[in-house]
Amino acid sequence: MSTETIARYNFAYLDEQTKRMIRRAILKGIAIPGYQVPFASREMPMPYGWGTGGVQVTASVIGPGDVLKVIDQGADDTTNAVSIRAFFQKVAEIAVTTHTGEATIIQTRHRIPEKPLQEGQILVYQVPIPEPLRFLEPRETETRKMHALEEYGLMHVKLYEDIAKHGHIATTYAYPVKVEGRYVMDPSPTPKFDNPKMHMSPALQLFGAGREKRIYAIPPYTRVESLDFEDHPFEIQKFDQPCALCGGTDVYLDEVILDDRGGRMFVCSDTDHCEERREAGHTGHMSEEAAQ
Amino acid sequence: MTTSRSGDEPLLKVSSVSKYYGTRIGCENVSFELWPGEVLAVVGESGSGKTTLLNCLSTRLMPTSGTVSYRMRDGIFRDLYRMSEAERRFLMRTDWGFVHQNPADGLRMTVSAGANVGERLMAIGDRHYGNIRATASDWLGRVEIPGDRIDDEPRAFSGGMRQRLQIARNLVTGPRLVFMDEPTGGLDVSVQARLLDLLRGLVHDMGLAAIVVTHDLAVARLLSHRMIVMKDGHVVETGLTDRILDDPHAPYTQLLVSSILQV
Repeated sequence: MSTETIARYNFAYLDEQTKRMIRRAILKGIAIPGYQVPFASREMPMPYGWGTGGVQVTASVIGPGDVLKVIDQGADDTTNAVSIRAFFQKVAEIAVTTHTGEATIIQTRHRIPEKPLQEGQILVYQVPIPEPLRFLEPRETETRKMHALEEYGLMHVKLYEDIAKHGHIATTYAYPVKVEGRYVMDPSPTPKFDNPKMHMSPALQLFGAGREKRIYAIPPYTRVESLDFEDHPFEIQKFDQPCALCGGTDVYLDEVILDDRGGRMFVCSDTDHCEERREAGHTGHMSEEAAQ
Repeated sequence: MTTSRSGDEPLLKVSSVSKYYGTRIGCENVSFELWPGEVLAVVGESGSGKTTLLNCLSTRLMPTSGTVSYRMRDGIFRDLYRMSEAERRFLMRTDWGFVHQNPADGLRMTVSAGANVGERLMAIGDRHYGNIRATASDWLGRVEIPGDRIDDEPRAFSGGMRQRLQIARNLVTGPRLVFMDEPTGGLDVSVQARLLDLLRGLVHDMGLAAIVVTHDLAVARLLSHRMIVMKDGHVVETGLTDRILDDPHAPYTQLLVSSILQV
C-alpha cells in the first residue's frame, strides 16, 4: 500500500478471484453457445439496470493493452456510456475510443455497431433479463427444463400471438434467436435490426446479466437464426427515409423530436458511424452543409 | 408376435401400483389394463386415492412401487418410469392429454384461444402460421366455441367455454389416451350435460381411450365403459359401469350408489 492513498483498487476494479470465477463462467458460456451460465454476480458501484453484468464481464476480460468503446443506444455520449467509460479509465487506466474500428472491447447497451466487427474484437452486451421464455413461463425451474429438453414451442406461441393481434410479428427488440441450432437465446434488448449482425460474426459476443446472475456467449462464426414462421418470415425494420445528417440508408435510425409542432428528424442511432460518414463527405438533408 | 394386431393388446398396463406418503397410503396395489378406445372411470369419495392414482399413471407423480407400461405408437410397451424425462414429456404433449378440473391449470390464461390450441402443434415443430390457425379454428368449432373468439384470451371465457377450450387444446394432436380429473367439477348442471355430450361424441369419434376421475356417478354412467371404485387407497370393486351401478357387490359401492339420487 502506498503512502499517499489509503486504499487502491485492483486492476479493473474486481479482485483476481472474482475475475477468475467470471472467466470460468465466460469459458463455459463459449463452450455451450447460447446457454445461460449462472455466476456469482458482485455488487458494483452502480445500480442494477445500469449495466452491472456487462461491467463485470468487461472487467474480467480487459487487459492493460485493450482499447475500450462503450455505447448506449448506439451513442458514445450518453450518460450510461460516459460513466462506464470513465469508470474503466479510472480503475484500469486503459485507452478509450469512440471509433468502432479501433476498439478491442466494445461494451454495449441496446445496439450493435453498424461497422462490421472484426476478428479479435469482443462485444459485451448489458442484459436486463436473460431468459427469453420468462414472460411466457414464470417458473425458473421450468424454463431451465425447457432449455435442457429443447422444448421451445412456447417461443412460437409468443410470435403466434403477435401475428394474431397485429397481423405481423410485432416484436421489434429482444427478438428471440436460436444459437447454433440448439439454445434459444434473448439477444438483450437490441432492435431486431441488429439480429442478422450476430449471425456468423467474426467477433466474440459476451452477454452479462448482473441482477439475474447469468452469463452467456456466442463464439465467433456461430450460426444465430431469428425465429419465425414459414409464412411470416423474419424481417428487420425498414426506414422510409435516410439519416438526416449523413444520408445513410442501411442504418438504424432514431427519431428526434425538434419542436412542439410536429417537427422531427431521423438520425443514425450509431453516432460514431454517422460521424465517420460525415467526415467522409456524406451529407443528409439537415446537415450543416445542407443548411448553408 | 407382430405389432399390427393393436386391437388385441391393451394400451396401458398397470400392475401393483402403490404410492405412500410417508406411512400414509395414497393408493395401494392397484392393477388394471386399459384397452384402446375404452373409457375407464375411477370413482370414490374425497381422499380415496383417485387423484393420487391418476397422477401416478400420468407420470406426474412417481409411484412408490409397481409398474405402468404404455404401448407406444410403434406397438412396443414401455415402462413409463424407465423412460427419459424428455421422452415422457414428449409423450405427454403428443400421444396423451390431461384435462384438469380447473381449466386455469391446463390453459395459458394470458394468450389467445387460438394460441392455446396451437401450442402443442408448435411444440411438435409446426412452423406454418396459416396451418396452425386453420387447425385451431377447426378445433374451436368442434368444441362449440364461436370462431370469432379465436383471438380472445380464456380469461374472457365462461367456465364451460374454458373447459371446452382445454379439451380442444389437449385433443389437437390426436392423442390416444386422455386423463381427466373431475372434468365437469365446478360447472352448473346444464353446462355439465352439454360438456358430457361433447366429450362422449369426441371420445367416440376419435376412438380415444380415457381415464376419468370423478366423484359424480352420473358422469361415470354417461362417459365410461368400465369403472374402478376406490376407498381408502384400495380398489374395492371393478367391472362394467352398468353392472356396478345397477348391481353393486361391495358394501361400500352399495352405499355409494344408494347415497345419490338415481339418474
